[in-house]
Amino acid sequence: MRPPPGTVQAKETSPVSLELLPDLILTLLLLIMAWGALYAPQRADAMTLFIAFGIVVALIWARLDAPDLALAEAAIGAGLTGVLLMHAARELPGELHQTNRTATYWGALAFAVVASLMFLAHLLYDDSLMSAGLLDAETDMTPRLRTLADAAVPESGVEHPVTAVLLNFRAWDTLLELLVLLFALSGLRQLFRDGQSSENRATSQWPESLALMSAWARVLAPLLVVTGGYLLWRGSSEPGGAFQAGSLLAAAAVILRLTGLLPPLRWSSVLLRLSVVAGALFFLVVAAATAIWGDGWLVYPVAYNGLLIITIEAIATLSIAITLSLLVIGEREDLRT
Amino acid sequence: MTAIELYLTLGVAVFLLSLHGLMTLHDPIRRLIAVNLMGAGTFLVMVSLAKRTEVPDPVLHALVVTGLVVAISATAFALRLIIAANKDDATTSEDSAQR
Amino acid sequence: MISTVLFFAGWAFMLAGCMFFVTAALGLLRFPDLFSRLHAVTKIDTLGLGLMALGLALLDPSWRSCLMLMLVWVLVMASGAVNCQLLARFNLEQEEAQSDEAATRHRPGKGDKPRVS
Repeated sequence: MRPPPGTVQAKETSPVSLELLPDLILTLLLLIMAWGALYAPQRADAMTLFIAFGIVVALIWARLDAPDLALAEAAIGAGLTGVLLMHAARELPGELHQTNRTATYWGALAFAVVASLMFLAHLLYDDSLMSAGLLDAETDMTPRLRTLADAAVPESGVEHPVTAVLLNFRAWDTLLELLVLLFALSGLRQLFRDGQSSENRATSQWPESLALMSAWARVLAPLLVVTGGYLLWRGSSEPGGAFQAGSLLAAAAVILRLTGLLPPLRWSSVLLRLSVVAGALFFLVVAAATAIWGDGWLVYPVAYNGLLIITIEAIATLSIAITLSLLVIGEREDLRT
Repeated sequence: MTAIELYLTLGVAVFLLSLHGLMTLHDPIRRLIAVNLMGAGTFLVMVSLAKRTEVPDPVLHALVVTGLVVAISATAFALRLIIAANKDDATTSEDSAQR
Repeated sequence: MISTVLFFAGWAFMLAGCMFFVTAALGLLRFPDLFSRLHAVTKIDTLGLGLMALGLALLDPSWRSCLMLMLVWVLVMASGAVNCQLLARFNLEQEEAQSDEAATRHRPGKGDKPRVS
């Protein structure tokens, strides 16, 4: 069904070939969505168009042969971020300020358009970029990392190169990313000051007339859990992995919480706190163990490569799921001590 | 023109457009959307650079996955800051109105 | 022979699905009311997507892709139906609340101001 990936294009007589038609349509769609997400008259429209923007970006990732990214973008970038924005926008008053359409506004916009067109012209018609090797992958600097990575994937314990890079070659980045999630959550917790009560809106007031949503949530949540588990398992050999699986689980938790089927996740529960830190903690323990008794910081012993990676991923999925759901739907009742 | 060049230009265009939005919009949620769009534009440039070879570059893909998760964490925290600042404004204006 | 039939049938179904998409988009833009717009848009989730999925399945008749297309169609249909009901019911309740509020504000029966929906 898909056209063969990465067909090498010979220079054609016309600059635009027919194979480029889906890409052109996606480009136009993305520009319209971006414009709408920024400048739509109503804020609710802007937020909805932002979710649609995320979906179109996911389509573009699929078109650019990046299925991991498409999964992550659709779940995290479009879905969870959209829920986050809409959930938080309830607490904010309506927009007061309108942008002044002064001459500076239009001048800056014209600059943006002209700069993009100049960039395109530079790419197409300037040979200096080609001779400098920006578009020719073999002479650019970045593929040195890439060739190193490709050569090392068979010994990394997993077969999928992106997972190998994420959890073996650049495991330090992934550990820091888990810590970033933790920092965001702890920053969130500090912003719930005492003395201000917020009504328990989303849960106790879910009306009976919308019972279809509750029924659908009951069907969807197990499906999401199963798909998340599948993605986690398949992440070692095919596109998938901890972040995609964790975001699906977080989506299940968000749906269940919003329809009132899941009770508030109380921060006072030790199990919750433990599962939030478990991912980063286990990762740190592995890192310290490899540093003290092994070959170096986060250099996995070759015999236990795959096992270590899958264990780290499993625990990290749990942490990511719970942290993301707390970030998105954490209310005062959940997060105060 | 190949798909790579098209998407490189698209990434640059989305980045510049959302930078313009960030500088001219007043509403905090729209500015947060603009920051997210700038991130999306950057990711678009990175992933289209990754596509230069037949099998895409996994290093850049991994960096973008990391970037996506960091973006949502930052967005969540920034939203709470906006809400808290709003409540702060509301209470201080109530106090000054009562005096 | 069979492959030609499958090819043409597949593309015919996909074009029919596209027609549904276009007419539903037209309805979304031109219908006056939220409920009629929802009526138009849900045709995309159900029949439009179903025809496109059928066409794609005919173009690539392997078990795996057919099962995946059917799963996609069922999930999109179900979530589309739930979203439609959610939006419609919420909007109805909002309209009722607004009309109740308007009725208690003005004297009932006088009808001097037109009702704003």
